[in-house]
Amino acid sequence: MKSLLFLACTSALALCSCSQHLVRVKPYERGHLAHPLMRPDRDPLLLTMTQHAYFSREASFGGGGVGGGGCGCN
Amino acid sequence: MTHHLRYIIVAAALLTTAQAGAADPKAGSPMPELQSLLPDAKLPVTAGKVVLIDFWASWCEPCRASFPALQRLHQKFAGRGLVIVGIGVDEDAADYRSFASKQRVGFALAHDAGQRAVAHFNPPTMPTSYLVDRQGRIRHVHKGFKTGTTEAEYTREIETLLAD
Repeated sequence: MKSLLFLACTSALALCSCSQHLVRVKPYERGHLAHPLMRPDRDPLLLTMTQHAYFSREASFGGGGVGGGGCGCN
Repeated sequence: MTHHLRYIIVAAALLTTAQAGAADPKAGSPMPELQSLLPDAKLPVTAGKVVLIDFWASWCEPCRASFPALQRLHQKFAGRGLVIVGIGVDEDAADYRSFASKQRVGFALAHDAGQRAVAHFNPPTMPTSYLVDRQGRIRHVHKGFKTGTTEAEYTREIETLLAD
């Protein structure tokens, strides 16, 4: 039982320390994220088409214009 | 009791491992030894000088904006004992070289190719600069660069440190 507890504790601690390294991108590691290709508005035509598709698909919920739909929740 | 002790030792070891590599120096800390962190760089002599260590990257717009200000500080204070070291942290050496070649600056630039130095300093944002006094102690940490404001702060702090 104690060995199992020991294993559980060490595994939890190891995973916690791993997550710090794997998930967080440091400020100096953001070169790829800062690349112009990562900008969502880099191509005005593509942006317009995407917005149009979104508006059409989500029209019953107000598209991109209003928050919420007809349920009166918002 | 022995088991509890074992848990504590293992937990301490794991937490130490998680923190390894980042000294995260703050105002009041001694300046880390730059040459050991940048073994391939040709760095100026910093002993007994006021040192401004600036971490920058070619993809960082505020870093780009800070270069003219750093050059003005270099021109104004280098003769009185200020040494500026600009450390580029680009992962791609070509990006570093391309950016550095376009900057007409008189102070030293170095490439932190393996991001070893920047990982050691662990700056909270880009750019971040560390102002070090003549005794080798970090006195001020500047997070980011705001045109006008940051340069005025640098000037005031450098003048104080040079007078010490």
